[in-house]
Amino acid sequence: MKFKRFTIPYILWLSLFIVIPLLLIVFYALSSGDSQNFSTFEFSFASLERFFSSPVYIKVLIRSVRLAVVSTVICLILGYPIAYIISKENPKKRNVLILMFVIPMWMNFLLRTYAWLTLLGKSGIINSIIMKLGFQPLELLYNDTAILLGMVYNFLPFMVLPIFSVLTKIDFKLIEAAEDLGANKITTFRRVVFPLSLPGVMTGISMVFIPAVSTFVISDLLGGSKASLIGNLIEQQFRYTGDWHFGSAMSIILMVFILITMALTSKFDKEKEGEGGGLW
Amino acid sequence: MERQHIVDLNNISMEYGGVTVLDNINLYIKENEFLTLLGPSGCGKTTTLRIIGGFEKPTKGKVIFEGKDITEVPPYQRQINTVFQKYALFPHLDVFDNIAFGLKIKKIPRNIIKEKVQEMLRLVNLQGFEKRSIESLSGGQQQRIAIARALVNEPRVLLLDEPLGALDLKLRKEMQNELKNIQKRVGITFIYVTHDQEEALTMSDTIVVMDKGKIQQIGTPIDIYNEPKNAFVAKFIGESNIVNGIMHEDYVVEFSGKIFKCVDKGFLKDEDVEVVIRPEDVDIVSPDKGMLKGIVTSVTFKGVHYEMIVKDKDIEWMIHSTIMKEVGTEIGMDILPENIHIMRKVTNHEI
Repeated sequence: MKFKRFTIPYILWLSLFIVIPLLLIVFYALSSGDSQNFSTFEFSFASLERFFSSPVYIKVLIRSVRLAVVSTVICLILGYPIAYIISKENPKKRNVLILMFVIPMWMNFLLRTYAWLTLLGKSGIINSIIMKLGFQPLELLYNDTAILLGMVYNFLPFMVLPIFSVLTKIDFKLIEAAEDLGANKITTFRRVVFPLSLPGVMTGISMVFIPAVSTFVISDLLGGSKASLIGNLIEQQFRYTGDWHFGSAMSIILMVFILITMALTSKFDKEKEGEGGGLW
Repeated sequence: MERQHIVDLNNISMEYGGVTVLDNINLYIKENEFLTLLGPSGCGKTTTLRIIGGFEKPTKGKVIFEGKDITEVPPYQRQINTVFQKYALFPHLDVFDNIAFGLKIKKIPRNIIKEKVQEMLRLVNLQGFEKRSIESLSGGQQQRIAIARALVNEPRVLLLDEPLGALDLKLRKEMQNELKNIQKRVGITFIYVTHDQEEALTMSDTIVVMDKGKIQQIGTPIDIYNEPKNAFVAKFIGESNIVNGIMHEDYVVEFSGKIFKCVDKGFLKDEDVEVVIRPEDVDIVSPDKGMLKGIVTSVTFKGVHYEMIVKDKDIEWMIHSTIMKEVGTEIGMDILPENIHIMRKVTNHEI
């Protein structure tokens, strides 16, 4: 095949920007020494041991996973009905509604998250209304709820879009067939529409869970210093502590963790006999 | 033997955004009958079927099922099942669960479901396919599963929307026979939609010919073929020679400059008419004996017969015959009175 040679630039790109950096991270994770000086490097499991021997780090990992799972579940509970309702509209209205969902994503991620500070802050809009009504201001920021809010707000479109796209592709004849065989609207949804939309749900879960479990910006801004996540820990190692070995080790641990989670989800997906598609 | 009406369509009209798709359809369907809605695409046959199934609500008119008005009843409450055009089998379920779908909804005990599914698989000749996935089946097999999935619910009426359209010719012929056999065995009313006239003639007890949202003719396959009510039906069912003629008086018609005896009456004196003659009804005789004379201009071998085009003055006759005449030969042609069908000239085909 002559076309084979067209894949060369992509292979180069992949190696240069994905494979080599990934190998570097593995290399850093499995070595110790002065991060800025290659000659001091030696093979060691020290960073991995440091992580697993410290209950503090394990706790941060568990906390990150918990928050990511909760935000994924909230996104799913909110996102599925939204996707379903929009998919039922006529194509013209549908596109407008989806556009409205996507437009905020054109805004800078940081800016969108900052906006919540002015809403939820001590002198923010919500608290000033509460105070005008004569109540004490509420602690809306710098807690887990604020982090969850930030995650759900930022990642909800990633749940809605894949589910929406799968729902609109379901052959309408299948729904008619179910009704023909005696299924009312609820049974039709339970037995035909929902099972057929599972690939979209799985993609949505991956697309929300992965950024949520590794985020550091949302927890940084809305969670304050006391509520750090695994993403913040990794960021600290690279930006402030300068321990690239430990930072890389944590990255690898998080990556392996995500891989296991996704493998489990895709296994569940296959057992349900969903149609292909999705991230895995 | 007069059988009871199972479905009545009373004055059904259907409009989509101002376009009339069905125009005052009146039709009854008798119990255990194999009825075919036949017509070109866009004639309204599928819409009629969807109205019976409950997937569309007519703009006007009523659907009566065993004497009860079901116009407003949703599909899932009708004792009617459908075999869809592209089968519409559930891709996320295996063969067993596809067939069992309707029974599970009715909360029928597991062991009975199992029995019934197996019985259906036997009926459609696919024993042992329970655990197969839908995508692993061929088109013909999917077709059979779709029929089994509908029939297992023991509907009073089975609707079939061009179910054989996606199959190749040989398979289609096989399935035609099989469908007819299944219908006889289970004794359920079949309402069948197709644009294939041969399919309609082979399988049906009654054919309803439709065009432009109107019923053109209702009758048995033999009636429809031998006594088409208008030029549309004549053209659509089989092949026909349609020539202009003049009806001089009862049983006497003139066309191609000759006077012929025929079996039709009740026309005005010297009324302009259309004369329909089937290609196989033109007999080839020697040039001096025939009523008509012409030169063979083309011959095509069609398997059972030859198709010849014979030019007689400005008329080209199509003849189907087992006798072959060389191109350029002069032949005589005769037509028996009962094979000459006279039709009033109408611009829109009213009955």
